[in-house]
Amino acid sequence: MLILTCPYCGVEADETELSPGGEAHLKRFGPGSSEEEFEGYLFMRENPKGVHFERWRHAYGCGKWFLAARCTMTLEVFGTYPAQTTEPPKKIRDAISAKRPGWSWGDFK
Amino acid sequence: MSEAVSALSGASYDGIVRVADAGLQGMIQLRGNLGKAAVKNAVTGVTGVDFPAARQANVNGERGILWMSPDELLVLVPYAEATQAVETITMALKKEHHLAADVSDARVMFSLEGEGLREVLAKLTPADMSRAGLPVGEMRRTRLAQVAAGVWLESETSARVIAFRSVAHYVMGLLTHSAQPGSEVGHF
Repeated sequence: MLILTCPYCGVEADETELSPGGEAHLKRFGPGSSEEEFEGYLFMRENPKGVHFERWRHAYGCGKWFLAARCTMTLEVFGTYPAQTTEPPKKIRDAISAKRPGWSWGDFK
Repeated sequence: MSEAVSALSGASYDGIVRVADAGLQGMIQLRGNLGKAAVKNAVTGVTGVDFPAARQANVNGERGILWMSPDELLVLVPYAEATQAVETITMALKKEHHLAADVSDARVMFSLEGEGLREVLAKLTPADMSRAGLPVGEMRRTRLAQVAAGVWLESETSARVIAFRSVAHYVMGLLTHSAQPGSEVGHF
């Protein structure tokens, strides 16, 4: 069971109170981009065994979208943070580094 | 005008706790910037209760303010005053970006009375229903089995549940089943 703390309302929400929103920190490539970039935006996803960043929506609660950093192998949650960020905040990165030294995910490390 | 009735016309059930349709209750959904003084004044003006902190339910009888999300409140007023209250709020917030809607007839409110109400609710929701997890006076939006609901405790022996009117029979069935005599767990 996965329990995430919603950064907007502070509720410790169970996985079943949330809606999954797939990978976090996607960069949109729209009109004017190359076919490779567009394909990457639409279809190419990280599939890590370990540290992962995801979007979640507190559907059965305040209804807000937020981002979560967790481990796909152990279900350990490193932290959650508001969706209005283009990269994981330092606090989250430090929390991950403390548990998983040398981690990397996409362009982040 | 047609006679207004609550979703289950006051149906009730006596089990571990008493489950009852709490009857007609005026409910106004208000979305806007909760940090603005105008918003706070508008809702405290029509209810007469203090503005709630995050996740709090400030309720006094049929009047109250429930904190639903960082930009949403549910304002409780007597059913007969709901239409007027929406107008009062709309007038007061003329210059603010907001939305005030009378949802009284789109929701159902249940009352739970009795010692075992934390247990009755805990069987239906993933939310922490312990005394530490949901103190008296805290609003918790969650789900009861398969439908969305809002829950708050008025005291250790009295709780309120709000759900969509369209699922009123379903929620009544859930609460009734969960409150069956002989199904006590004794966890809390």
